[in-house]
Amino acid sequence: MNLGPLWLSVQLATITMLLLLLIATPLGWWLARTRSRARPVIQAIVALPIVLPPTVMGFYLLILLGPAGAIGAWWLELTGSALTFSFAGLVIASCIYSLPFAVQPIMSAFAAVPEGDLEAAWTLGADRRDAFFSIALPQSTHGYLNAAVLSFAHTLGEFGVVLMVGGNIPGETRLISIDIYDQVESLNYAAAHQLSAILLLFAFAILLSLFVVNRRWQQR
Amino acid sequence: MSSEQKVQLQYAVDRMGFKLNVSAEIPLHGITGIYGPSGAGKTTLLRCIAGLEQATTGSLFVGGERWQGDGISLPIHEREIGYVFQEPRLFAHLRVKDNIEYGMRRSRNGQGPKLDTVVNLLGLGQLLQRWPRELSGGEAQRVSIARALMRAPRFVLMDEPLASLDVARKNEILPFLDRLHAELSTPIIYVSHSIEEICRLCDHLIILDEGQVLASGELQSVLVRLDVPTLTGDEAGSVITGAIAEYDEKYDLTLISLPSAQLWLPGNLGTIADQLRLRIRASDISLSRDRPTRSSILNLLEVVIEDIQDTRGPTQLVRIAVGQERLIARITRRSREELNLQAGDTVIAQVKAAAVRGP
Repeated sequence: MNLGPLWLSVQLATITMLLLLLIATPLGWWLARTRSRARPVIQAIVALPIVLPPTVMGFYLLILLGPAGAIGAWWLELTGSALTFSFAGLVIASCIYSLPFAVQPIMSAFAAVPEGDLEAAWTLGADRRDAFFSIALPQSTHGYLNAAVLSFAHTLGEFGVVLMVGGNIPGETRLISIDIYDQVESLNYAAAHQLSAILLLFAFAILLSLFVVNRRWQQR
Repeated sequence: MSSEQKVQLQYAVDRMGFKLNVSAEIPLHGITGIYGPSGAGKTTLLRCIAGLEQATTGSLFVGGERWQGDGISLPIHEREIGYVFQEPRLFAHLRVKDNIEYGMRRSRNGQGPKLDTVVNLLGLGQLLQRWPRELSGGEAQRVSIARALMRAPRFVLMDEPLASLDVARKNEILPFLDRLHAELSTPIIYVSHSIEEICRLCDHLIILDEGQVLASGELQSVLVRLDVPTLTGDEAGSVITGAIAEYDEKYDLTLISLPSAQLWLPGNLGTIADQLRLRIRASDISLSRDRPTRSSILNLLEVVIEDIQDTRGPTQLVRIAVGQERLIARITRRSREELNLQAGDTVIAQVKAAAVRGP
């Protein structure tokens, strides 16, 4: 059994998760605390990947990341290679596709940090940045855990977007979901069974541990 | 008092349905009470001083240093204040010890009280390793007071720190505040709408109502003013300080000696020569022209009427002097007219007093 696609999927999910935690931190903080009128607009944009069909996302990303697209052309000039049908392109597509799954939990956790705690920290000599790192962040670990698990798991499970943006290049863009699709198409049911079972157990184990941890948290 | 020893402030806030227009001087020693009804602007004033209130115009000098005004405004974290909020606002993810040390680690002058001193003073020795969620309301508020003190502030702002507690918890914390007052030199600005707390704790008093300062000065002299509406309600009364002169075991009474009078109070209130602060409510003093020969009231003082409140209501407040001490009595307008009481008259006051604070 070729585990290359599984390994590639895990790499993609890990990199995407880490990038998303970085991106979702300022975005979630802003969404949780701003009174700006732009807030619902930004919220809607962040939530779009939840409702849009992956083919629509994939289609737009293909254009955007393609050699003629805004991001794709810039990347081509910078690195000399195209973004589409590359691992880097998959990372960008996954970050957009899984963005709401990282932003939502982090935003909720930040919104639950009492404003009074921040005020107290400021009066105790902490500037805004210090108060964020010493009060808001440690009080939001639970949100970060959820964001990490959900964005990782969601990236692992994507199919439509990555197929359209990345195609099916072994070692570069052939992820486990695409590999399974291929095995089924070529009527190689034994391999499809093995890979699917691995993914099923893996996903179940991740979500189960998340919900167990969540339950412990609620009981505290 | 030179500018090095006081906070000078001037603030104007104008928000929907609320105006604050305050200018005041607060001494940088002892406890200064800010008293007024709900909605008077007490909390807003404290938040202005701390820098928490956005978009204010005003100026603030602390010990002669400009903190705000003339285009500058120190950010909150650079104002060396301690702030005790109504709720303890402890950081849930830090143990008690780390909560207390939060401000200490960020303090730049290092001139603050010692950790051990504050922990002992507030009785926190057993609580240091606990989480905030394992504390009672009173314990949590004591921790938040310690946290504010350990930030080594120039002064501490306390915004009704007892308001969210029940009577039993209040009585648990008040003795700790007495000890802070007696043993630490950190000045405190104490906001309250409870005149009992003010009379017990404070040395200076500012009366705030509808965003305006109605009176300010030394506690005793502000309390006996008859022209401050906030002070002339049911709570009217005065505060005097005396020393224990004698304890009568047979009747369980303590004799307090004032500079020019003596008062009997029920109970054993301490040891001889202990200083006590007494609060005498205006409704606990009655006046008579002649010395009653058979009265149930133990304390009969010869007093001089200084001033009588000019009001058409059923009762009037009368300020009376016993030597240097000033007291306030409440009598009916009818009695005043029947006895023909006038400023300058010498009359007999019958007084019930209660101790508000121990030595």
